[in-house]
Amino acid sequence: MGDYFVLAISSIFINNILLAQYLGNCPFLGTSKKMETAVGMGMAVIFVLVMAGIITWITNTFFLVKFDLEYLRTVVFILVIASLVQFVEMFLKKSIPALYAGLGIFLPLITTNCAVMGVCLILVNEEYNFMQALVASFCYAVGFALALILFAGVRERILLARVPTPLQDTSIALVTAGILSLTFFAFKGMV
Amino acid sequence: MIEALLLMLGLGGTCAAVLSIASRVFYVWEDPRIAEVEGFLAGANCGGCGYPGCAAAAVAVVDGKAPPSVCMVGGPESAANVAAVMGVDPGSAEALRSLNTCLGGHRAEDKYHYLGVQSCGALANMFGGKRVCSIGCLGLGDCIKSCIFDAIKMGPDGYPVVIESKCVGCGACEKACPKNILTVRTMSERLLEFNQEDAALAPCRQTCPAEINIPQYIAQIRSGDYEGAVHTIRERNPLLLSCGRVCPHPCEDYCRRGIEDEPVSINQLKRFAADIEMDSGKRYPIPCAPDTGREVAVIGGGPAGLSCAYFLRRLGHSVTIFDMMPELGGMIRYGIPEYRLPKKVLEWEIEGILNLGIESRTNVRFGRDFDMHSLAEEGFEAVFIGVGAWSDYRLKAEGEDLEGCYTGIDFLTKYAINQQTGQEIYKIPIGRKCVVIGGGNTAIDCVRTLIRLGAEEVSIVYRRTRKEMPANAVEIDAAEHEGVKFHFLAAPVRVIGDEQGRVTQLEYLEMKLGEPDASGRRRPVPIEGSETLMNIDMLITAIGQGPDMSFVKEDSSLEDLSVTRWNTIEADPEILQSNIPKIFTAGDSYTGASLVIEAIGGGRRAARAIHLYLTEEEIKPVPKSLLKKHIPESLFEHVEGIKPKARAKMPELPVTERIKSFAESDLVLQQKDALAEAERCLNCCRICYDPDADVA
Ligand SMILES: Cc1cc2nc3c(=O)[nH]c(=O)nc-3n(C[C@H](O)[C@H](O)[C@H](O)COP(=O)(O)OP(=O)(O)OC[C@H]3O[C@@H](n4cnc5c(N)ncnc54)[C@H](O)[C@@H]3O)c2cc1C
Ligand code: SF4
Repeated sequence: MGDYFVLAISSIFINNILLAQYLGNCPFLGTSKKMETAVGMGMAVIFVLVMAGIITWITNTFFLVKFDLEYLRTVVFILVIASLVQFVEMFLKKSIPALYAGLGIFLPLITTNCAVMGVCLILVNEEYNFMQALVASFCYAVGFALALILFAGVRERILLARVPTPLQDTSIALVTAGILSLTFFAFKGMV
Repeated sequence: MIEALLLMLGLGGTCAAVLSIASRVFYVWEDPRIAEVEGFLAGANCGGCGYPGCAAAAVAVVDGKAPPSVCMVGGPESAANVAAVMGVDPGSAEALRSLNTCLGGHRAEDKYHYLGVQSCGALANMFGGKRVCSIGCLGLGDCIKSCIFDAIKMGPDGYPVVIESKCVGCGACEKACPKNILTVRTMSERLLEFNQEDAALAPCRQTCPAEINIPQYIAQIRSGDYEGAVHTIRERNPLLLSCGRVCPHPCEDYCRRGIEDEPVSINQLKRFAADIEMDSGKRYPIPCAPDTGREVAVIGGGPAGLSCAYFLRRLGHSVTIFDMMPELGGMIRYGIPEYRLPKKVLEWEIEGILNLGIESRTNVRFGRDFDMHSLAEEGFEAVFIGVGAWSDYRLKAEGEDLEGCYTGIDFLTKYAINQQTGQEIYKIPIGRKCVVIGGGNTAIDCVRTLIRLGAEEVSIVYRRTRKEMPANAVEIDAAEHEGVKFHFLAAPVRVIGDEQGRVTQLEYLEMKLGEPDASGRRRPVPIEGSETLMNIDMLITAIGQGPDMSFVKEDSSLEDLSVTRWNTIEADPEILQSNIPKIFTAGDSYTGASLVIEAIGGGRRAARAIHLYLTEEEIKPVPKSLLKKHIPESLFEHVEGIKPKARAKMPELPVTERIKSFAESDLVLQQKDALAEAERCLNCCRICYDPDADVA
C-alpha cells in the first residue's frame, strides 16, 4: 500500500507531467485562459490517460516485449492511442451522451497530446506492473489537471495586474509557468 | 523484420476493424451537412470562433447557432462554401455586422487616472472602468486586438470604429469587449431591438415612441450621407415622409439643447432626408431577411398595420394587409388633409412598403367580408388587428343630428374621398358660418379644411383653454394665422334648428378653470347663468374618437376577445398580444386615438412579438425594457458649453396663398439650412455630448 502512496505522490507532485516533465505545454497554455475550459480539459485528460495507460501497457507487455519489437513502440503507441480516442468518442456519443456533452469536445484535441504519449512511454520505461501502471497513469493525469487548474486561476488574476507591454499575454504566462514549476521543484526532496 | 511487418499489419487491421465495427454499433444519426461544413472550415482547431474545435463549430452552424462566416481563419471563401452547403446564398443570407454603439471617446470624462495594464478587460474589473459613464467605451482597444480581419480601427476621437466592409461578423470583438458595446447582430436582430435601461441612448431617442436613432441620422445628414440617414430612420420607421410632415415630435421636448436654447428641429431634418430620396426619383434598396414562408394577416392598413407589415416582411415573413377602404393609409389618408400630407407623397411612401413583397386587399371589411375563420382557412398563422379609431364620440346634446351637423372623422373622410375620386355622393355642402367643437388634431384639420373650402367665418369652440388643446401647437398657430376664431372655455349644451330641421344656432355655457383633476389639468366648471347663443349654419363635432369594434360581435370566434371600457383591445404594453394568443394589436385600436409615430412604434413592437410567436412560441418581454421611460442620469438641469443659435424656421406658403388651395402649406428646409440645423445637434449619448465648438 505504502508503495502506491509514494507512487501517487511522486506522479502527482514530484514528477508532475506539466511542471516537472514539461510535456503537454500546448494545452497548458491554450486551455488555461478560462477556469471553465481548464476544468473540462483536466477531466477529459484524466479519462483518456487512464484508458491509454492501460491499453498501451497491455500492447507493450503482450505484443512488443513478447516478439522483441520494442523499437516499434512509438509508432505502435500512436496508432493505438489515436484509435482508442476515436473509439471512446463514438462510444460516449452513443451510450453516455451526458458525459459526451461535457468531455466530447475536448477528446479530439487530446488525440495528439504529447502528455498522454509521454505518460504511456514512462509507464513502460519504469517497468511498472499492471496495477502500478493503472495508478500511475491516473495520478499523472490528476497532476496534469491540478497544474492546469492552478495555472488557470493564476492567469485569471494576471489580467488585473500591471504587466509591462512587452511581457503581456503569452510571455507573462510562460514566466508564471516557470515560477509555478519552481514551486513544484520543492517537492523534489520529499520522497 | 517479417514479425514487425506482420505486427503492424495486424495491429492496423485490428484498429481499422474495431473502429469500423464501432462506427456501425455506436452509430448516431448526424446531419450529413455537419461533415460537409467541417470540410470547409480551416481545420486549425484554433478555437478563435469561440467553439472548441472545428467539429463543434460545424455542429453550431448546422444548428443555426453560428453564421456561415463562423470560421475566422477560413475567411470569406470558407463562408461562401459553408453558406452553399447550408443552402443560403451568402449574398442574401443575413450577414452579421459589428457596430459600436458608444461614441464616447475622448469627450467622455475620466473618473480616475489609470496606470494598470492597457486592456479594457482588466480595466473593467476595477470599479467598472475609468470613465464616468457606467456603460461607455473604455477605449483601450481590446476589440481591435481581437479582430483578425483588421475591421476595427481606433477612430480620431479615441473610440473604436468598425469598418463595415471588412467585418465578417465573427463575433470576436463582442466577446472581447467587457462593456457589451460592440454588438454583432444580423439585420433582423437590429430591427427587433428596443430601448433598454442600460443602453447608450440620447434623451430624444428615449422619448421617440418609435425609438429612432435620432443623433445617428442627424450626424449622417451633417456628413452629407443622406442615404445613410434614410436607412437609419427606416430601421425604426417606414413612414418617414409622412412623419416628417405630421409628427408633433415629442422628441424635441426632451432635446438636450432645448434646456439652454431652442431644441433641434429634429422632425424637419427627418423630412429633409426623406424628401431627398423621393425627389431623387429612385428608391434606396431595403434589404429583407430570407423568406420563412410563415403567413401573417394584418387587418387595417393605417400606420400601425403598415409598420407591422413592413417589419414582418423585412424579417422574412409573408404578409397580407386587409383594409375596408379603397386605398391604404388609414387616418393619414382619410383624416389628415391634403395640404398637410399630399396624397402623392403618401402614395409614393406606401408603394415603397408594398414593393417589399407585401400583398394588399382593399375594400374588404373585417367581420363582414372575412373573419378569423376564413383567415385560418387561408393559412394565416397570426393576425394583427390595427383598425384604428374611426368612431366619433357624440356630443350627447339635444339637436346634434340636425341638418348641417357633422362629426369630425365623418366629415374629413367624406371630403377626402370626394377629393380623391370626385364621387358626388361624398360631397358635403359648406356653410357660411361654421363652428367646430373640439381641441384636437381632428378639430383643427376640420377648420383649416373649411377655410380652404371657402367658408366665410370659421370658429373653434373648446371647453378648456389654448394651453390644454391636444392638437399640435404649430397647427393651432397656423389655423389662427389663416383666420380661425377661437372660443375657449365654452361648453356646448344645445343645438337649435329652424322648422326645416336645419341648424341655426349653438347654445353654450361659459366655463372657468377649477381644481386640477387626476390628470393634473384644471377641470373646467360652468359659470351659472352664462348661456350664450351663437348664429351658425354648419356644425362639426370633433370631440374625440374611439375604435369601432363591431366586428367582435359579428365573429363568434372573437367572443372571448377582451376589450377595455374605452373599446380598445386589451393587451400587455410590451408584447401587444391579446388574450387570444394568435391576435396582436397596436396603434389607435390599442391606445385609443393617439399619434402616427405611436402607431408605428407599436407596429414594430407587435411585429417582434409575432416574430417570436412564429419562431419560438414563447414571447418574452424585452429585458430591462425602457418603454418610453427616461434614464434619470441622462436628463440634465443645465448643459455646459451651449451657445444659443437660432433654430431653423419652417418655410411655409404665405397665408393668403395657402388658404386658397390645398397645396402643401409647410415646405422642406433648404440644404444649407438643414446642414446648419444638423450642426446644432449635440450628438448626445446617455451622458456625453459634443459642446458647441465656438464656446470660449
Ligand atoms: C384628423 C386627424 C388628424 C391627425 N393628425 C395627426 C398629426 O398631425 N400627427 C400625428 O402624429 N397623428 C395625427 N393623427 C392621429 C393618427 O392619424 C393616428 O394616430 C394614426 O393614423 C393611427 O394609426 P392606426 O394604424 O392605428 O389607425 P388608422 O390610421 O385609423 O388605420 C386603421 C385602418 O384600419 C382600417 N379598418 C378599420 N376597421 C376595419 C375593418 N373592420 N376591416 C378592415 N379594415 C378596417 C381602416 O380603413 C384604416 O385603414 C390625426 C388623426 C386624425 C383623425
Ligand atoms: S442635441 Fe441632438 S442628440 Fe441631443 S437631444 Fe437634441 S437632437 Fe437628440
